[in-house]
Amino acid sequence: MKLFSKFAKIMKINEIQDEIIEEFALFDNKNDTYNYIIELGKKLVFMPENYKIEQNLIKGCQSRVWLFPELHEDKIQFFADSDSTIVKGIISLLVRVLDQQYPADILTADLYFIDKIGLQSMLSMNRSNGLLAMIKQIKMYALAFESVQK
Amino acid sequence: MLNLSQIRNDFPILHQQIQGKPLIYFDNAATSQKPQAVIDVLNNYYQKINSNVHRGVHTLAERSTTAFEATREAVRKFVNAKTIEEIIYTKGTTEGINLVASSYGKKFLTKGDEIIISTMEHHSNIVPWQMLCEEKDLVLKVIPINDDGDLIWEEFEKLLSPKTKIVAVTHVSNALGTINPVKKITELAHQVGAVVLLDGAQASPHFEIDVQDLDCDFYVFSGHKIYAPTGIGILYGKKAILEQMPPYLGGGEMIKEVTFEKTTYNDLPFKFEAGTPNIADVVALKTAIDYIHSVGKTNIAQHEHNLLTFATDSLKTIKGLKIIGQAKNKASVISFIVDGAHHMDIGMMLDANGIAVRTGNHCTMPLMKRFGITGTARASFAMYNSIEEVEFFVKKLDEIVQQIR
Repeated sequence: MKLFSKFAKIMKINEIQDEIIEEFALFDNKNDTYNYIIELGKKLVFMPENYKIEQNLIKGCQSRVWLFPELHEDKIQFFADSDSTIVKGIISLLVRVLDQQYPADILTADLYFIDKIGLQSMLSMNRSNGLLAMIKQIKMYALAFESVQK
Repeated sequence: MLNLSQIRNDFPILHQQIQGKPLIYFDNAATSQKPQAVIDVLNNYYQKINSNVHRGVHTLAERSTTAFEATREAVRKFVNAKTIEEIIYTKGTTEGINLVASSYGKKFLTKGDEIIISTMEHHSNIVPWQMLCEEKDLVLKVIPINDDGDLIWEEFEKLLSPKTKIVAVTHVSNALGTINPVKKITELAHQVGAVVLLDGAQASPHFEIDVQDLDCDFYVFSGHKIYAPTGIGILYGKKAILEQMPPYLGGGEMIKEVTFEKTTYNDLPFKFEAGTPNIADVVALKTAIDYIHSVGKTNIAQHEHNLLTFATDSLKTIKGLKIIGQAKNKASVISFIVDGAHHMDIGMMLDANGIAVRTGNHCTMPLMKRFGITGTARASFAMYNSIEEVEFFVKKLDEIVQQIR
């Protein structure tokens, strides 16, 4: 799960987003894009089994998605998993952008990379609702941690 | 034998590229594509015929009414009903079931009565009955299925009793493809005095339907699955039963005489058709039925059976693939899961290769639960699909599965 944390420590949210957009610019069709996302999904480190519980499950996705945050030195670390490899790949992108960031930065983050790399259009309505549910959940956690810090 | 290239030419939507690949449409159990003739009739209706039915004295009203009622006769023949009064226009299968649950259920069922459905029902043949049960304190009983996806006959017999008032089962399972022995089911249900509703949404596109032979009391299906537009469906009901049922919706068309003191209702079938109906789509439904007849239902059934057999044999060569639903009698529907590859990933990767399949629970959550899965990928075939398409699909699926794993 700390896969991208060494970047995150030195990179700001928007810098990571721009880097992702650059990577995805290489693909001009869905097949290649999905394949790349699948590879990212496979690299996502498995979430500890004891975190895969009902209360960490995000509702509203065609696949099952678990998300769990922990606060370390004022920054949030995310643990996530899914039974869908493509969704894992998508989560790994979200995590890459938002992991090891301060709650306040996560809350105010404008996740423009999703539109730019065509993630919205990739996921048809019912599934992109799932993506929105994931982002909403991440921001909820950030909000909770921020209010604790205050 | 049917002329496949001729048929494919009749369906304009098939001739396009999706993600730069030729479209392969295998989501026919969700909805079928429309032949040019159906599209033309819709166009022509609005350009030359459009007028409200049954009321006007002018020429257009007469034309639209004639076309509208001509469909009723075509549908009567399509399911071999005795009279046109037994053919009620609805929005679709779902509305047909709700109409029966609401109208028949409210009038004839009382506390403690039982309704039997099966494990493989679509949510639309579960929820209306649950709502009725809640309202009238009835009991819902469910026929279990075996691992192949067949109803367990002995269990059905055990559920039947004089308390059974309605048996509502699907003719063909949308998720498994199982063709149920609905004639036998009807016979047994009648022996205990229950009425039988058959959900024909998945059966009507594939083979001959004969409601007199089946002897069912209600048969419901949707136009959009038999190459007609969306938003039009059929409820067949035996005349003697429909006559005893109260109206479902109140409004225009369904009345004989209205005073503020009392309203008398119109005769069948209009009693159940309140409001301005979906005229254009009704008219186009006849064109779709004519199209099916022109190809021939026996030819369609044979062709689809060939596709099903070929696809079943080919899919079995993919390692870790399991077909969900292996009944002896199946319509052209194949649901499957693959070890190490989520059905949604399979669906998305197939789409990236121009192939449209369905993924998810197929509106049959209790059935998925029965098999201990969250969903499947489902390929379903229609008359315009080809063996070559199936071959390409299986080859791509094999590659995709290896990429995902």
